[in-house]
Amino acid sequence: MSAGFYLVALMIVGSAVAAMSLRNLVHCALSLAVTFAGLGLAYLQLQAQFAGFAQVLVYVGAVAILIVFAILLTRGSEPEPEAILSPGWLWGLGIAALTFVVSGGAILSSKLLPAIQGEPPTATVKQIGDQLMTKYILPLEVVGLLLTAALIGAVIIAMREKEGGQ
Amino acid sequence: MKHWLVGFAPAAVQPWIAALISVAAILGVFAGLFALTTLLERKGLGRMQNRYGPNRVGPFGLFQPLADGVKSLTKEDIVPRSADAVVHFLAPLVLVVPVFLGLAVLPVGRNMAAVDLDAGVLFFFAVGAATELSVFMAGWSSRNKYSLLGAMRALAQMISYELPLILSSVAVIMVAGSLSATEIVQAQSGYWGILPRWHVLTPWGFAGFVLFMIGAAAESNRSPFDLPEGESEIIAGYYIEYSGFKFALFFLGEYIGMFAISGLGITLFLGGWTAPLSFLEWVPSWIWFFAKLLALICVFIWVRGTLPRLRMDQLMNFAWKFMLPLALINIFTAGLWRFMPPGWVRWAVCALLVVGPYVLLGRALFQGRKYGARTYRFADT
Repeated sequence: MSAGFYLVALMIVGSAVAAMSLRNLVHCALSLAVTFAGLGLAYLQLQAQFAGFAQVLVYVGAVAILIVFAILLTRGSEPEPEAILSPGWLWGLGIAALTFVVSGGAILSSKLLPAIQGEPPTATVKQIGDQLMTKYILPLEVVGLLLTAALIGAVIIAMREKEGGQ
Repeated sequence: MKHWLVGFAPAAVQPWIAALISVAAILGVFAGLFALTTLLERKGLGRMQNRYGPNRVGPFGLFQPLADGVKSLTKEDIVPRSADAVVHFLAPLVLVVPVFLGLAVLPVGRNMAAVDLDAGVLFFFAVGAATELSVFMAGWSSRNKYSLLGAMRALAQMISYELPLILSSVAVIMVAGSLSATEIVQAQSGYWGILPRWHVLTPWGFAGFVLFMIGAAAESNRSPFDLPEGESEIIAGYYIEYSGFKFALFFLGEYIGMFAISGLGITLFLGGWTAPLSFLEWVPSWIWFFAKLLALICVFIWVRGTLPRLRMDQLMNFAWKFMLPLALINIFTAGLWRFMPPGWVRWAVCALLVVGPYVLLGRALFQGRKYGARTYRFADT
């Protein structure tokens, strides 16, 4: 664990906490964008260039903008007057800790863990592309189909509203 | 030359010195080009509009950029009282820093890329994503209706035109078989006779280049796509509440963004630093890159002086109904070009695949619309 890792981890955790606790929704969205960028940096530290850049491109470039758009189109960006901490926060904290323990235990007891320790493998973009087009072609196609279906569904929702208005 | 300079330093600090020299070169050269371009643009636009342009400072107004710089440095920095101070302050930085980062992967000459990344083109688009956020931050934090309108326009436009931009570069990446900017340039080296093997000289490459440059004009908010800052409609768009040096930073960011995306266009389609004719190879490679860059900038200025601004619905229709289908078909054409045997059949089929959809789609979109002489409701009576 290097100093760089701790800096990136601090950036991710800090901005994630800010995204949950800030009063102003737009500030929350912007700190969420910082979280996404931090995750991209974490990928880069693991020598996963492609995943890191794709993370920044998709999440900072598209998802964050989408969230901002949704906030601006649906409600005023005025800050909430009262505290936004919900009364059941203790329950939430407990469940989060439980999930963390369970998934952490599962990862630590996994058989794969010794295999991936040591020097991280470096994959070039070409290798990733080859694998996607040969071994993982079916998942890729399924994801493509799913996204197309979602796209068509969104268009249909938008169209019906227009017909009703006329 | 960099290696020669680095050779003087002790071995321990050599990597640091090398990185520092690359960064200084990028900052110095492109900021100088920015000063040159502002002058060129004002002079060129002045010439097109039958006026002089700046001609007071220095011979032929040559020192105008210097005077502008001093002016923006000494101006008062005004932040509106109800503005969101932190976001308002951060927005220009979020614009300028990524834009300079994008320049780092462009090979400006033989062995002259500051960082040669395996996924260079992807890196370029990834850092470009931050500029959209910056535009939103500037527009929203100013607490001004005009600036918010400008930011919304900018976001809609940038998201729409990013698709054709990326899809047209996907065709190049497919044919070159690499995401690295230097390898894409390498794939275009060599000559057919005296003509270079640039991608723009193939049917799919030409279509891709035109789509790319239209998308680039829209991404850098250049006229005719300058709706986000339309002076006559929403005054100055998203940076309306910025003054002094922050305004200058926005200005700088926009121009550097234009250089960066033109540089990517040169890398992808115009053969990067390779010479345009085989007997001109003796000219240093970086001269070719900057000559091509200046030529593209002149085209941008020319287009700005010529075309009127689009309307919002025209802008969206053009992106989604015309450019996106053409870009998708262009990917298919590029694949066909890659796997067909060389010869005139390949040329004919690919050219047909480029021209056919263009004509059919253009005709189809104009169906049912009547365009006649413009009528005025009040002025004629």
